[in-house]
Amino acid sequence: MSKTAKIIVILLAGIWLLITLYPFIFMLQTSMKTNMEYFTTSVWAFPENISLDNYLTAMNSGFIRFYLNSLFVTITSLVIIIISASMAAYMIAKIDFKLSNSVFSFFLAGMMIPIHITLIPVYRMTQTMGLYDKLTGLIGPYVAFSLPISIFILTGFIAEIPRELEEAAYIDGANIFQIFTKIIFPLIKPAVSTVAIYNLVLLWNEFIYALVLISNPDKWNLTLGLWNFQGQYGTNVPMVMTGVMLSVLPLLLFYIFLQEKVIKGMTAGAVKG
Amino acid sequence: MNKKELMNNKYFIAALFLLPAVIFSLVYLIIPIPLSTYYSFFKWDGIGAMEFLGLDNWSKLLSDPIFWSSMANNFKLVLISLVVQIPIALFLAVLLTRKIKGASFFKTIFFVPMLLSSIAVAFLWRYMYDPTFGLINSFLNLVGLEQLTRSWLGNSDIAFYSASAPIQWRFIPLYMIIFMAAISNIPKQLYEAAEIDGANNWQSFFYVTLPMLRSTVVNASVLIIVGSLKYFAMIFALTGGGPNHASELMATYLYTKSFTEMNMGYGSTISVALFLVALIVSVVFLNFSKKDVRN
Repeated sequence: MSKTAKIIVILLAGIWLLITLYPFIFMLQTSMKTNMEYFTTSVWAFPENISLDNYLTAMNSGFIRFYLNSLFVTITSLVIIIISASMAAYMIAKIDFKLSNSVFSFFLAGMMIPIHITLIPVYRMTQTMGLYDKLTGLIGPYVAFSLPISIFILTGFIAEIPRELEEAAYIDGANIFQIFTKIIFPLIKPAVSTVAIYNLVLLWNEFIYALVLISNPDKWNLTLGLWNFQGQYGTNVPMVMTGVMLSVLPLLLFYIFLQEKVIKGMTAGAVKG
Repeated sequence: MNKKELMNNKYFIAALFLLPAVIFSLVYLIIPIPLSTYYSFFKWDGIGAMEFLGLDNWSKLLSDPIFWSSMANNFKLVLISLVVQIPIALFLAVLLTRKIKGASFFKTIFFVPMLLSSIAVAFLWRYMYDPTFGLINSFLNLVGLEQLTRSWLGNSDIAFYSASAPIQWRFIPLYMIIFMAAISNIPKQLYEAAEIDGANNWQSFFYVTLPMLRSTVVNASVLIIVGSLKYFAMIFALTGGGPNHASELMATYLYTKSFTEMNMGYGSTISVALFLVALIVSVVFLNFSKKDVRN
């Protein structure tokens, strides 16, 4: 590539960099302004004082609880997803029985089901089961919607494991549960981490089930908390920007430490087909 | 059968390993489909008794102009997303796979919007769109385009397009990464051969990169089409489907009907219709794309 071509490429990439990044700069600098300051100074201006007052107010009006609630629901769901998806994937990939193809198609078909057709029945079932307004009520739908793609990724990975490994263990007297926990599971850790990251980002940011299944403020997850926080502070723009900032910080930090893994995990779900 | 025989029966073992996943899928994914269909024949507020209506909800749906305009908006969103996301993502992917300094820095930053929840993106953009204090009108004033400033989300002629913009902003990086991975898998010899034949950058893009990316582009299109037909969150948080249903999507409409107006019978009818539309479109497109890829 010629030098001019290189400069043009960097310039064009720079334009998209601004389009991506400026909203974050706007959010960050607005979050440090007072409401008065926001309405009287230019939107482009830096805050007069670097102040974390808005952050303290937001943390005290529920964000700590939102974090804990989201953390609980996300982690519990992830553990259940990983265990049940890897067990199912192991059967589909390794055990030849007549139905294994149909079972695989059954799970794949799950990817075609829009979340919205399940909302009313799940709302109804959750009430009947006594799980309405409980964080545990979110786990069922979260697991169910994460299973198809997780099983898809894990099955592909397990199918690559050479059969001799299992046969050797079997001859040594291991039963199928030991083979699964001691041999298969340790080998599929890379795929498990992909599945975990993909679902982590999805569930951490999940909104519609939380909106439908939770109303008690003590049980709001991060997105539902942000939703109601905006409802409460709608005219205080710096405060809302603080809330948005707080809601994105955990995943941003996670991303700073695990960039490549996060990118890989989040695109793995999309590279099917 | 005693315990040992049972543990050696592969059907029993398979059932045991599949059981948790099957139960979750049945309860939360599969059974809701017939249930929603069943609810669609009733008048029901979600709490009280259900009143059988037969096909009334369905005939109401077919003559409901808001349902049809919301469905039209879904198809508009499909079109906008295909026309905006694929070319821009492709363009950025080509830029970043050239040997330039800082490519991995650009890639890392470009991906960040994908980490935000739809609600966070929507709130961020809502205040950027603010007619008086927002970033976008302020920018237009700054560069001397005052005549373009407007109430982005309040004007029913443009609210839908304004609300679609952040969706593009958030999802472009996803497809960019997918295309980058596909481009890096194209054998270098093809480019070398093209260069020897005297191809310039544009020609090697149109005659090497693009044909080699065909199946990736088709897959990305499937994801965009299916995703746009059932899209909900950002539009819901930005406009709630308004003003006056101008930016309504099937999913926002069914949410409002079911959970704001508590008309769950009619809400179920819309949800089944959404499911059928998404199913038909994806089956048709998948068949078409499979044939296409095979050729």
